[in-house]
Amino acid sequence: MKFAVIVFPGSNCDIDMYHAIKDELGEQVEYVWHDTENLDEFDGILLPGGFSYGDYLRTGAIARFSKVMQAVVKAAEAGKPILGVCNGFQILLEAGLLPGAMKRNESLSFICKPVNLTVANNQSMFSTAYAQGETISIPVAHGEGNYYCDEETLAKLKANNQIVFTYQDNPNGSLEDIAGIINEKGNVLGMMPHPERAVDELLGSADGLKLFQSIVRSWREANVVKA
Amino acid sequence: MYKVKVYVTLRESVLDPQGKAVTHSLHSLNYPEVSDVRIGKYMELTVEKSERDLDEVINEICSKLLANPVIEDYRYEVEECVPQ
Repeated sequence: MKFAVIVFPGSNCDIDMYHAIKDELGEQVEYVWHDTENLDEFDGILLPGGFSYGDYLRTGAIARFSKVMQAVVKAAEAGKPILGVCNGFQILLEAGLLPGAMKRNESLSFICKPVNLTVANNQSMFSTAYAQGETISIPVAHGEGNYYCDEETLAKLKANNQIVFTYQDNPNGSLEDIAGIINEKGNVLGMMPHPERAVDELLGSADGLKLFQSIVRSWREANVVKA
Repeated sequence: MYKVKVYVTLRESVLDPQGKAVTHSLHSLNYPEVSDVRIGKYMELTVEKSERDLDEVINEICSKLLANPVIEDYRYEVEECVPQ
């Protein structure tokens, strides 16, 4: 499976993402600059964390209009797995690939620490390697991770089982403890915690690795023809 | 040429964590008469005259980029000005 790590001016978790895929997961991966117009050669798209365009105006607001995002939308429509972490999640929200928006953390401070998450849906293509209800430890590092959506959207998220990860001890004020959601089709995941920073026990946790393994597993099931 | 002043604020239904912190701070500075603060953004656009209707252009710009309609409202004022 071949992954693209999209690099915007101001991305700063791209190298961690690359390392997670190449060295820990053992799959192919390439960096892709934000002015690339074609992502056809890739099977999965990863939008890393950071501060794209300095978070000017709103987090993700300017990155959302970069050339590569049209190709990301096309890949999403084609059903390819797309993962946005932290700033990547914020970009997916601004692009309308996921519903809702981010506000400043309730505490107004930047939060950087490991948090416990509950796997609220282990049926998505990003979470099949986890047990339903499993507790996992993944670090967060953000100033604007306070997820918000209106009541109608929240009802839809619940009805379609789109809430994949929730915080056990809500660090930022997110509605309904939401840490990660998928789109209705199930192939776009946005999450504030950083699974790419939890891929080895040396880093304090390897719980993030199963997320990437889940993506590969569902891709293999769909694409690899058994001889 | 026009100068367009755009004000972007969080929607009334959305809790404003920054505004809340500033309200508390004003109360501790002994201004109990301030009951609420909403923090927003102020932007000044210089816009050349064109074929297109100015309001149409500004509304498009605001809803596409300057404000996020999920959590923010915007309003604007237009001043006609003479280029220097």
